[in-house]
This record gives sequence, C-alpha cells and structure tokens, in this order.
Amino acid sequence: MTLTVLLIVIVLAAAAFVLGQRRATRRAALLTGRERPHSRPAQHGAYTLIWVAAPAVFVLVALSLLSGPITQQLVQTGQPEAVSSLEPFRKNAFVADAARVANGQPAQAIWEPELAQHLASEGARSDRIEMTLDWAGAVGAILVALMGGIIAFLRIRPDFRARNRVEGWIVGLLLVCSAIAVLTTIGIIASLLIDATRFFSAVPLPEFLFGTQWSPQTAIRADQVGSTGAFGALPLFAGTFLIMLIAMAVAAPVGLFAAIYLSEYAGPASRAIIKPVLEILAGVPTVVYGFFAALTVGPAFREFFNTIGRWLIGGPLDGLGQYLMLVQNQMALVAGAVMGIMLIPFVSSLSDDILNAVPQSLRDGSYAMGATKSETVKRVLMPAALPGVAGALLLAMSRAIGETMIVTMAAGLAARLTLNPLDTVTTVTVQIVTLLTGDQEFNSTKTLAAFGLGLTLFLVTLALNIVAQRIVQTYRQQYD
Amino acid sequence: MTETRDAMTATRLDRLRGGLKRRYAREARFRLYGILAIGVAVAFLALLLGRIIDQGHTAFYAHDVSVPVYLDPAEIDPAYPQGTNFEQMVAQQQLASRGLEGDAAGPLAAEMRGLFSSELKFEIARRVAEDPSLIGQTVTFDVPVSDEADLYFKDEISIDTPPEQRRLTNQQIGWLDQLEDDGNVRAHFNSRLFTSGDSTEPELAGVLGAVIGSALMLMVTAFLALPIGVAAAVYLEEFAPRNRLSALIEVNINNLAAVPSIVYGLLGLALFINWMHLPRSSPLVGGLVLALMALPTIIIATRSSLKAVPPSIREAALAMGASRTQTVFQHVLPLALPGVMTGAIISLAHALGETAPLLLIGMVSFIPGIASSITEPTGALPSLIYIWENASERSFHERTAAAIMVLLTFMIVMNAAAILLRRHFERRW
Repeated sequence: MTLTVLLIVIVLAAAAFVLGQRRATRRAALLTGRERPHSRPAQHGAYTLIWVAAPAVFVLVALSLLSGPITQQLVQTGQPEAVSSLEPFRKNAFVADAARVANGQPAQAIWEPELAQHLASEGARSDRIEMTLDWAGAVGAILVALMGGIIAFLRIRPDFRARNRVEGWIVGLLLVCSAIAVLTTIGIIASLLIDATRFFSAVPLPEFLFGTQWSPQTAIRADQVGSTGAFGALPLFAGTFLIMLIAMAVAAPVGLFAAIYLSEYAGPASRAIIKPVLEILAGVPTVVYGFFAALTVGPAFREFFNTIGRWLIGGPLDGLGQYLMLVQNQMALVAGAVMGIMLIPFVSSLSDDILNAVPQSLRDGSYAMGATKSETVKRVLMPAALPGVAGALLLAMSRAIGETMIVTMAAGLAARLTLNPLDTVTTVTVQIVTLLTGDQEFNSTKTLAAFGLGLTLFLVTLALNIVAQRIVQTYRQQYD
Repeated sequence: MTETRDAMTATRLDRLRGGLKRRYAREARFRLYGILAIGVAVAFLALLLGRIIDQGHTAFYAHDVSVPVYLDPAEIDPAYPQGTNFEQMVAQQQLASRGLEGDAAGPLAAEMRGLFSSELKFEIARRVAEDPSLIGQTVTFDVPVSDEADLYFKDEISIDTPPEQRRLTNQQIGWLDQLEDDGNVRAHFNSRLFTSGDSTEPELAGVLGAVIGSALMLMVTAFLALPIGVAAAVYLEEFAPRNRLSALIEVNINNLAAVPSIVYGLLGLALFINWMHLPRSSPLVGGLVLALMALPTIIIATRSSLKAVPPSIREAALAMGASRTQTVFQHVLPLALPGVMTGAIISLAHALGETAPLLLIGMVSFIPGIASSITEPTGALPSLIYIWENASERSFHERTAAAIMVLLTFMIVMNAAAILLRRHFERRW
C-alpha cells in the first residue's frame, strides 16, 4: 500500500516537474524587451516537484509513525465488554488471535465461548480500522501532493525566484543529513542511558564499579539459590586492562618502529610493498583474527608453556612447572598478542602521519650537525613528535578496549581479578556479547547489565578519544 | 708545541673514530629494529593467510558414496514415504550385505548409520515421493558421507588417531575402507558449500544463506549511508557556516568514527529492535546498524576528497554566475566523485567484515533458510564464521576457514575495485 502510494507520488512529482518547466518556458516566452526571467525553467520545475513530494512524504512518514498507536486506540475503544475487561496481557493475545482468525488461520490459544464468539467480529473490525487508516493515509498523501503542486504551479511567473527557493530546500536537506550524525550520538547516549539507569536502580553504582564478584547468572525462579546474581564489574575492568596492556606491549614498539622505518629509512620501492601489506593487515576483519587466535595461536601457546612446564617439573621450579602444565588455550596472553598484531597497522599509520608532519628543517638541521639517522630520530624527531605519538597510542588503547571479536573468541568467560597473562580472563565486551546473545527476556537485570557495561565502555573510549584527538590536533597546529 | 697538539688531535680523532664505530653500530641496530618490526607484520600476515588456506582448502572438496538401496515394499508406505525410517533400513541392508544380520536396534546399525549423511533419508524420501513405482526396486543413491567419514577420507583422522580424538570406531573405519576399495566413494568439488544455507550437519552446511544475507545487508547500508554521508559531507565542507554548531558536528563525527562497534550493536538492539520492533536478525536491522557505523567514515573520506578540489574551480564557477549550489553540484562534487567512491567502497568493505554488532541483533541464531527479502531473518558471513568456529564438530573448522576465504575474497574484490577506481580517475591538481 505505502509502496503504491510512494510510486504514485513519484509519478506525480515527475509530472509536476515537466509541467512546471513547460509553464515557466511558456511564460518566459511572453516577456518582451529587456525583461528576463529570474530562474531557469528547470528550476521552476524542481520547485513544483518539491511542493508535490515534500507534503506527501511528510504525510506518509507521519502516518507510518502514528498508525500503530492510533489503530490500537481505535481497536480498544470499540471492544465488547467481555474483551475490554481482560487483563492487558491476555487482551493482547486476544487481539493477535482475532487478527489470525480474520485471516483464516486458527487461533493459537483456546478462548472461553463468550470470548470466542467475538474473535471473528473483532478481527474483522481491527482489519477494517487498519484498512481505513491505510486508505485515509493514501488519499491524504495524494491530496496534499496535488494541492501542493497546484499552489506551486500557480506561483510560476518569470520574476518568481524559484532558484533561491529550491536551493534553500537543498541546503536544508543537506543540513538534515549532517544532523543524522548528531542524532546517532544522541541515540547512542539515550539508548545506553535509559537501560543503564534501570540497571543502576537495581544494582548500585559503587557496587558495580568496585565489586569484585561477577556472576550474572540470575536464576529463573526467585526462590532458587543464588538468585540475585553478582554484578561487581571490577574483574572485567581488570581483564580488559590486562589484555589492553599486552596488546599495547606488542603494538606500540612494533608499530612505532615500523612507522619510523617507513618514514625515515624505506625508499619508495620498499614503501610500495610495505604499505599495502600493512593495509591488508588493517583490512582483515577481526573475526578472522579471532579465528586465528582461537584455533592456531591459543593451542600453540599452550603447547609451548606445557612443554616448558614438563621440563621444569621435578626441578627446583616444580611449582611453576605444575602451573604451566595447567595453562589453557584461552589465556589473556593469546588474545592480547593477537590484538596487538591487529593494532600494528593502526599505530604505524597514525605515527607515520605524525612523523611526516615534523618539518624537514628539523631533520636537516640535525644531519648538518653530523647526527646519524637514528640519533636524529631519537633526539630530534621523537621529542618533537611525542605528543602526536602519545595521541596515536591513546587512540590505539581505545581501540583495544572496545575490540570485541578477538576477545570473545580467544579470551575466556571466567571473571577473575588477576594480572597474570597466563590466566583466563574476561573483558567488558565479552560479557556484553555473552549477556545479550542467547534467548532471554529483555528486561532482566542480566540483559540490562550489558547496557551498564556498554555505557561504561562508551564513556571510557569517548574520554580517551577526545583527549587523544585534542592532543593530535594541537600537535598538528604547532607545525602548520 | 705543535706535536703535542697533533698528538691531542690524534687521540681525539681516535676517540671520535671509535665513537663513530659505536654510533654506526647503533645506527645499524636501530635500522634493524625497524626491519624487524616490518618483518613481524609481514610474517604474521603470511602466517595468518597460510594457516587459513591450509585449514580451509580441504573444505572445497567432499566425498560422496554410492549406496544401493532395496526399497522394501514392506517398509515403505507409498502414501507417506517420509514416515519410513530409511536410515535404519539402509543400515540393516548394508549390514546384511556384510553378513551381519539380526542387529535390530543394536550398536552395529547405529555405527553403520553414522557413515552416511542424513541427506540419505531425505533423498530417498524425495525420490520415492516423486516416483512411487521405484518401491520394490533396488536403486543406487549418491549421497554425501557423514562429516567424520569425510574427514577420514581426507586423511585428517586415521586409524592411528587416539580414539578420544575421533568419533569413528575401528569398525566404521573398516567399513569405510571397504567402501572405498569397492570404488563406491568419489571425491568431488564441494558445490554444496556454495549452494546451500547453514545446517547443523557439517557436510550439508553452506555459505549461500550468509552470502545473500551479507549482500542484502550491504545493499541497505550502501543505499542509506552513501547518499546521507555524501550529503552531510557536502554540507559540512561547502555550506556550513563556521560556527560552534558546525564545530560540534565535526567533533561529533570524529568521535563517532572511534566508537567501538559493539556500542553500535547495543544501539541497534535498543533502538531498532526493542523500540521500533523491526524484525530481529533481519538484513534491514543489520544494514541500518552498519550504515550508522559506516556514516562517519564515509563523511570523513568525502570531506577530504572535497577538500582536494582546488578553490580555483569554485571561484571560476562563481565568477561565471553560478550559485553556490550549482558550483558544488555541477563542478566540485563531480570532480571529487572518484575519491568519494573509493572511500565509500573501502568503508563498505570494512562494514562487510564487521561482526560484533551483528551478534547483538540476533544474527548468531541458527538460521538455515536463505532470505529473499530484507525483513526475513538471515545470517551474515562474519557471524557465520563466528558460529562455525564455536561449533564442536571438527568438520566445521575447515568450513570456517573456507568461509573466511570467501569473506576475504569479497573484501579483496571490493578493495581492488577501489584501488582501480583511484588509479583510473585520480587527478593531481
């Protein structure tokens, strides 16, 4: 239905364009002497088109937003006594079943006779209401389109400033598009805040931030043991921090040295090879890294540590050997190391940009004093680029904190408060995924906890990003 | 006097030379660190790709077995062929042909059933339903072997594999060897991998459903994010007054580009599914979420290619009497278009590989069907990879790697298109 109306509106709009253009041409031909029309015929046509399309689209959008609530209201007002006195939950089921019966399908629930007799008539009635609304919307949309078209059509005169009006509309449309970016942010904050506040009304904020017990498995029945669940997120923060630290320990030196090599040493030929390799590395989806970490790196690392353990057992370091024998695939080290590799291209391309922004004169000065390249890098470039590099590393940290797939596939689920890289840890993002995948009712504390974690994650990464971007920006301006 | 000075200079020179040697050594070391760093990245990439090809190439072929089946009229109801336990029937016949009778519900029949894919019973039921006159005849069916048997034929497991690491018993391996010796087993290209949807049976699972799901999703994303992103960038770059609102929007977009993808998943879950009640697991919701994610990157790419168009173009157009809108849409934007398209394709390729938000909007559920519209539930390639990686059957591992190869192929094609576009149309001013 909506699609048909949309099609009709498009046809009308196209017709309006052609008619408007024609009328403008004809009226311009009537002009005499030095008079000239203000706008071109096509601009008049576009003006008419806008006046056909915009009101119709407005009506259609408004209707699609409002038809749900209006239908519900109308269906409720006319219900027979037996139906309207049902409790809300059963009433919804009844309305749904009525719709099914009206479509010729059997009802899903078994209704008492005094209710069942209403099924067919109620279904037909709500169908009628929906139909009426649909038709009203369609007719309304087409009517306003025609009216708008006529108004615009009558306005076409050689001295009418159609171009300015049309351009005003275009710029307005562009503005709306760029406002979507802001709306996204508002949407993120609102959706996180609303559900997070509900979570924090059940679990106090300090308990969430500083509690050391994380076991969100709330029981299905209230009388079961341990039905409350524990929502102390400190172990998650520790796990996230540990993995981030390991990732940065890999990514920072490797990425930085790669950037230094690229910007200071590599010739055009080797740059042409190295850059694409790094770009491919950056383009590999994180789920692929996760697969690699879980099925290749994890088993390899465990094998490695187990071998060392076997070697140490019985010796002076027997305890350590015993421990190494128990190491599992899912250790923080695996997820951290693979994440570090993933971040190398990110760090190196950012640092490469930053090193390139350092003015050549600084390098030339240093070389003129007899310094070697490495001395120039260490004593001149690095101090000059330090704020920028720090910003790049902060951005990488924020990426590491927010990264999901590698840790979901390669780190574990055990919430443990530890800084031992060989232990299994869990992170904020892993827990969000675990809490929200699988079937559970939406409004339990468990699912709301995911939004609490999400809000924390969003705020921390946002703070890191803002600080990093500020630093990088001031750094850039310094050399501009 | 001069001699002492010479001597002093000589010792200083010596010291300097010694120092120079040290400094050059340090220089060489420093350079080596750089090469090592690059080496780590290159080696890892090679290892990653090599490992995936190594694990995944076996998924591209599979084994079929020819089974002669006597369609016993005593067991098959022509009106309702699906009601017959064909698996048990075939197992009994196979055992009988090996002289192992009288094992009605015994372990031997179960082991025999484990050799064939469950496709066998569907295939027989389908053929019998099509042509009931087959009942009473002996018909040979070509069906896939079970996933474990397939692994055996691919030499992934053997009789020497410790029993706890394989699901095939020695008895089953014996039968498989016999089948192969009789020439009943045939290796062929695994076209099923590309023509079927997901399945709980590894030998029947394919990526088509996920590929279609990803394609539909990407269409929604491109349809939304491209026009909106380009429009927003044009506004910010060409029309926006330099005021605090524009600065706010700019900071906002830069930060949106760095928001973790999982947060977009949370947004999609709360906004599109719980509030707007759009269908869960559908390409529509996935595409909407990915569009929001891709928007900032597209805006940033478009702005930078608009910036690259020299001001002289704008000034020339304005001087000829064009309005600002005309200048932008008839001159600046067409010149910036190759750059815009390159940026857009790259960010769409990135969106194609994005997984975390898809998990939250329900694409981890098992969806065997193939979607035909954007409101039907479907999987997507990255989420399929995640699901298969988590599966316990070993055969899914090779299929995961194969699915990764498919995903990477799509991404490579998209990126190559972007690079070609850039090479072809890039203009230096």
